[in-house]
Amino acid sequence: MSEAAENAAQGPIQRPMQNLTDNQTDNPTQAGVQIRLQDIELRYGDTLVQRHLSFDIHRGDVFIIMGGSGCGKSTVMRCLTGLLEPRAGRVLIGGVSLWDATPAERTRLMRRNGVMYQSGALWSSMTLEENLALPLEQYTDLAAEQIRDIAQYKLALVGLAGFGDYYPSEISGGMRKRVGVARAMALDPETLFFDEPSAGLDPLSARRLDELILELRDSLGTTMVVITHDLDSLFTIGDDSVFLDPETRTMLTTGSPRDLRQQSEIADVREFLNRGEDNRA
Amino acid sequence: MVSTATSIQQSATPDPRAPTIELRSPAPRGGAGGAGGDADAGLGGQAATLRLAGAWRVDQPLPRLAEAVALLDAQPRLRCLGFDIRGLDDWDSGLVAFIAGLQRLCRERDIQYDADALPEGLRALLELASVVPERSGDGHMPEHRSSFVERFGSDFIDLARSTGEIMEFFGEGTLALRRFLLGRARYRRSELWLIIQESGADALPIVGLVSFLVGMILAYIGDQQLAQFGARIYVADLVGLATVIQMGALITAIVMAGRTGAAFAAQLGSMQVNEEIDALRTLGISPMEFLVLPRMLALILMTPLLAIYANVLGILGGAFVGVTVAGLTLTAYMIETQAAIGWNHIIQGLICAVVYGAIVAASGCLRGMQCGRSAAAVGEATTSAVVTAIVFIVIAAAVLTIIFNAIGLS
Repeated sequence: MSEAAENAAQGPIQRPMQNLTDNQTDNPTQAGVQIRLQDIELRYGDTLVQRHLSFDIHRGDVFIIMGGSGCGKSTVMRCLTGLLEPRAGRVLIGGVSLWDATPAERTRLMRRNGVMYQSGALWSSMTLEENLALPLEQYTDLAAEQIRDIAQYKLALVGLAGFGDYYPSEISGGMRKRVGVARAMALDPETLFFDEPSAGLDPLSARRLDELILELRDSLGTTMVVITHDLDSLFTIGDDSVFLDPETRTMLTTGSPRDLRQQSEIADVREFLNRGEDNRA
Repeated sequence: MVSTATSIQQSATPDPRAPTIELRSPAPRGGAGGAGGDADAGLGGQAATLRLAGAWRVDQPLPRLAEAVALLDAQPRLRCLGFDIRGLDDWDSGLVAFIAGLQRLCRERDIQYDADALPEGLRALLELASVVPERSGDGHMPEHRSSFVERFGSDFIDLARSTGEIMEFFGEGTLALRRFLLGRARYRRSELWLIIQESGADALPIVGLVSFLVGMILAYIGDQQLAQFGARIYVADLVGLATVIQMGALITAIVMAGRTGAAFAAQLGSMQVNEEIDALRTLGISPMEFLVLPRMLALILMTPLLAIYANVLGILGGAFVGVTVAGLTLTAYMIETQAAIGWNHIIQGLICAVVYGAIVAASGCLRGMQCGRSAAAVGEATTSAVVTAIVFIVIAAAVLTIIFNAIGLS
């Protein structure tokens, strides 16, 4: 837990551009690396999803996982959040290997993450406020009243003040998504994962969500891992990214999405980031 | 117009707007008159024009591709195909799909086709459909028929895997129970009470109705036989013993399997589909403690209580028949019942009920947790939960009866 305290004290970290996997240093904690993937291979049964994934996610970055539909972005997220064991390779979180750890240690590592699922994944038998309160009830010693205050504040943060007594089935899909974000932030995690946050949101809500992501990063120093193929969003918020290819089933490149759009050596990546209009070709 | 024409009229009644195809080949050089397809003149039997006429809409019967195959096969020398759409009224995806199929046929037969005559919009749609090439390799499900040995092997592997999953489930369940007994399990007490209410109190009407009626049926059948020996009073013994030892618990368990076990599987299954269980796991909350444990506890607690209630209602059902049909007095019936039933019988029934309750809850939760990520999978999980529960209840009933006999409880 000392690492968390250290992280909170340092706040957002400015770091030199260091994206290439060849540059992975021996000591990840020194380089400000929050999550490091080493030659990860992911499969469902016998079906290969992705392999040879090696990249670093730095502290305080908004890291984008992008790629065409069906390339396995969500699967990579499942692996990083402790839901799917990789067939090969290691995931280091703060220098500790997630999948070599004991179950108790792994649970502790997983709790440092907050995850927003594509559909919100709210617990349907509980009200929105109860959804937000559950993590706090389980992992803090706060009084019920304090928990309710925090839950209401987090709901207000995503623009849903006053909806605490609603059930997930009573609100729209976009609202469920925003509550999903609020719940993911409930425990002020070190890393927040977002699975397609802006998909299905109206442009205003999508922009507000982008602003929220940047604000949380700046004020709390939270590392953000965002799965998206919304170009506006990923250029606005992305500091670093990895591009997964559905054809070769591996990563093609890493780097800042804005740089990749102009300078990537790989035509597929440029084409993706320029909406199919490769201005270099 | 001298040309050989082969056409297929789609419907028997001549409808001027019915979609048709017609293959026209120009007459051999030197023949009288002009050629059917202007662009094809001079190519002899190697060229032809496909005339498309009528309204090519999916809301009416369209010519099949096989008919085009027949037309093309009738002209083996054909090397170049053009189109004539002067008779075409209207078209939608029906025509686009037909032309796409035709293009594929032409490629297979090495026939050049000239799409220039087709409507511009149609050509654009065809082009759009061919931008991303058809996925090959692992996109297609492999089509092969497996041999008996292969199927036997894969079934055996599946069986081993599912046995492993069941063992894992029970292992995790035991650990969760240990944490519960130590007071360290993470679950919501309010949820436990809700499940207790839903699976216990809410089941009273159906359990009561079924037990009362089964008690009546037992009494009827018993009375018919016992009346032959003038021993009608023993109806009370028959109904009382049968109900308390086995029927009460069994009826409760079967009703619970259909009512509550299925509900558990559907609840957990749809939580699985909706990623709600993933959301618990990523928070470090064990679904075993949070979801499965309260359900197991609720049923282990409620099934014996419901079984006692079922026993009472079953005996009352028997008494109803005893009084109205067999002509016994209610007092005589009750005294006879009291004399017949001992504590050992009641304990047997309650032990059965606890075991059945655990089986129903475990089957429901296990199938729910194993559920795949689709609506169909939730349905399968629900069905499977009920079937699994009933199979294991019957097996448990047999095993428990043998054990009770062996230890002299009966």
